[in-house]
Amino acid sequence: MSISAPRGLASSGQKPITEILHPLSAAEEPLSPGPDVTVSGGRDKEVGLTNGTPVETPSPASASVLFNKLHLDDDLDPDTRDPYADTETHDLFVTVDDPKKHVSTMETYITYRVSTKTTRIEFDLPEYSVRRRYQDFDWLRTKLEDSQPTHLIPPLPEKFVMKGVVDRFSEEFVETRMKALDKFLKRVADHPVLSFNPHLNAFLSAKDLNKRQGLALLTKVGESVKSVAGGYKLRVRPPEFCALGEYLDTFNQKLGTIDRIAQRILKEQSEYLTELREYGTVYASWAGSEEELQRPLEGVAGCVTTCCGALEDMSENMSQDFLPVLREYILYIESMKNVLRKRDQSQAEYEGRLEAAVLRKQEDRTPIPAEVEKCQDKMECFNADLKADWERWQSNKRQDFKQLLTGMADKNVTYYEKCQAAWESLITVLQDKQTEDKTSETN
Amino acid sequence: MADSVSSEEVAVISNTDITSTESENNIINTMVERGTALLRKLEINVAEAEKRTGKNTVNMQETYTVYLIEIRPAETEGGTPAAPDTLWRRYSEFELLRTYLLVTYPYIIIPPLPEKRAEFVWHKLSADNLDPDFVERRRVGLENFLLRVASHPVLSNDKIFFLFLTEEKGWRDAVLETGFQDKADSRLKSLSAMFRVKNPDKRFTALKQYSDELNNVISQLLRIRARVADRLYGVYKVHGNYGRVFSEWSAIEKEMGDGLQSAGHHMDTYAASIDDILEEEEHFADQLKEYLFYTDAVRSVCRKHELIQYELEMAAQDLAQKKQQKEELATGTVRIFSLKGMTSKLFGQESPEQKESRLAALEQSIQEGEETVKEKNTECQEFVRAAWDDIERFKEQKDKDLREALISYAIMQISMCKKGIQVWSNAKECFSKM
Repeated sequence: MSISAPRGLASSGQKPITEILHPLSAAEEPLSPGPDVTVSGGRDKEVGLTNGTPVETPSPASASVLFNKLHLDDDLDPDTRDPYADTETHDLFVTVDDPKKHVSTMETYITYRVSTKTTRIEFDLPEYSVRRRYQDFDWLRTKLEDSQPTHLIPPLPEKFVMKGVVDRFSEEFVETRMKALDKFLKRVADHPVLSFNPHLNAFLSAKDLNKRQGLALLTKVGESVKSVAGGYKLRVRPPEFCALGEYLDTFNQKLGTIDRIAQRILKEQSEYLTELREYGTVYASWAGSEEELQRPLEGVAGCVTTCCGALEDMSENMSQDFLPVLREYILYIESMKNVLRKRDQSQAEYEGRLEAAVLRKQEDRTPIPAEVEKCQDKMECFNADLKADWERWQSNKRQDFKQLLTGMADKNVTYYEKCQAAWESLITVLQDKQTEDKTSETN
Repeated sequence: MADSVSSEEVAVISNTDITSTESENNIINTMVERGTALLRKLEINVAEAEKRTGKNTVNMQETYTVYLIEIRPAETEGGTPAAPDTLWRRYSEFELLRTYLLVTYPYIIIPPLPEKRAEFVWHKLSADNLDPDFVERRRVGLENFLLRVASHPVLSNDKIFFLFLTEEKGWRDAVLETGFQDKADSRLKSLSAMFRVKNPDKRFTALKQYSDELNNVISQLLRIRARVADRLYGVYKVHGNYGRVFSEWSAIEKEMGDGLQSAGHHMDTYAASIDDILEEEEHFADQLKEYLFYTDAVRSVCRKHELIQYELEMAAQDLAQKKQQKEELATGTVRIFSLKGMTSKLFGQESPEQKESRLAALEQSIQEGEETVKEKNTECQEFVRAAWDDIERFKEQKDKDLREALISYAIMQISMCKKGIQVWSNAKECFSKM
């Protein structure tokens, strides 16, 4: 697998491990494996199982057949100007589905099946099927953030839900969450660097994730990253990153507005639906006191009921598919802003150290220490990663919103089509009766 | 049997999507049957409305609306339409005409006038009588009223009605000269009186019950429809916000910008479309209202019948009482208590001369009573016959009109759906080009 975007410095690019020391990886973590190297030690640290089971190894032939089929399905939009579209080989496919409730004495929780199909040699088997719960996804994300701080990590759906307000076990909630988790994992799997992260590998393949050790490491890692960069203030952010920041702020605002509008529409629609239902019942009760008009009135009542059903479908769709995706993007923007901030910090650190070193050099001719150069490397790698991820994110965003908004428009069209069909069939009935009357009159 | 009606007479919903057969069937107000002599002669329009100011009966300035009635001779073959005769009438004159008709034809279900004040409004419509939309709808309603009367087999022949259409100045005097005012009082009495009929006519009882049910259900329907309209307005208008935010968002996007901007315009169109949609729907509400008010007229006929029935029963009862009295007087037995009987018992029998004269008086009274009963009976039978004629006519009219109204309502809904599909398909295309 190769990436066409040029890198100034070798770090997260696809080079053999032996050549690079990842500048910001925590000391004890194994390095991001390149495509050609088999990871040996990394995964063994994770021991202990949660209730996942790997799938029986099928023959390699069938796996690649599946892989080819999936690959074709991915070629959706030839218009996509995804910079990686031509060069990426899709060789890692993940799916999240099949939610199940687990009840134990201590707690009740939901697990999801995470299925993986891959031809990558970093994985022992071509297929995996494990069960994971939200906590596990959260663990993965945190590990990814800490081990790849220069990269944009996709967001997870909201962690906390107010008990009593939202039913954590309702079909709708679980369904919505599952779709978001699926999206998260797919985005990670599609990422040229993140998808090779050993934590992802473990997440997808290990029978049980022992996260306790990971969590301990987590806090140390988190702190070390912070302590390194802390204490330096950024003076000037380069213009391209300024533009990025501004864009993120405005976009965030607009998405927030769209969210509010969508919610308001749902509310108005729900109130409209309530009134419409009552409206239909009045026609039905009127029909009871009429003779000639009974069928027409019942027909109208039926039409109104059909329209109510169609409206209900559309509203449900909006709240289950449209809004969650919108909110996810708002979270995504937050993640991006965080990465931007970290980038700023690394620049600040570099500039700070450089200044100090230059002063010292002036005083007593000590050469610029290697540390400063390391900082420079860090910063430049950060910038490059961020730019690359930004391009990717923009392109994905375009696709996602195109799909989202087209979907919304489509649902509205379907709603009106259903209503129109109902009323048209009613007219046929009513007018048939009229022609019947007319012919009987003339006879 | 209904001929095609010229568009001047009835309001037709402008619906370009329906076929011509549908359009012909889809006459909203009434399938005015040109069966009456009057309509064979004349075409009637309420063409315009105008505001006037003037001094009223207590010499104060007031603003009111007048309506222009146009009368044209019905089109003759090969003839060019002549210039219409016109006169102006205000709403109170229509009311006067209707009261006259109510009193003069108590066995007829008199067509109702459009409402005096706007009721069952949803928030956007103003309840102001001078609001142009309200005035316009009233104009249509008044024309409808005139056509209903003109197409009625009995009412169309009324002289006062004819004068209403033709005599601007002298009409008011002509109406008052008929002396209908006296009858008006008794009619009012009949409507409000509390009396019980011993042998109610089952058909009328059933009709009154149906009329009450219809009144209830249409009121309910109109109320809820107003609420539905209000909510639907909200749904559409909120979408307008999408227009603004898409426009703002498009400013920060490169490739997505054009698509978003255009889609935003479609959202604005969508939001704006609800105004016309709901305006059109008011027409349906007006049709329902006409029949709501018709139920009052039906009820009035039933009550009038009750009164006549009651008067008949009272007259019969009175006659029976007198006959009883005569018998007692003749035979000397007192079965029924009477003051006269008591006093004669106490103070002694009356003289044979007195008895003779009393018998004669009673005899006279009985004869008169029998006349009265016969009259009342005939009146009652006539009333019932004439009323049921009109009731049957009304029922057919109601069924036809309401079916038409429902069809046109369905057509309106279809039109609304088509507009919705159009707008959202356009938006979808813009989105897919993002």
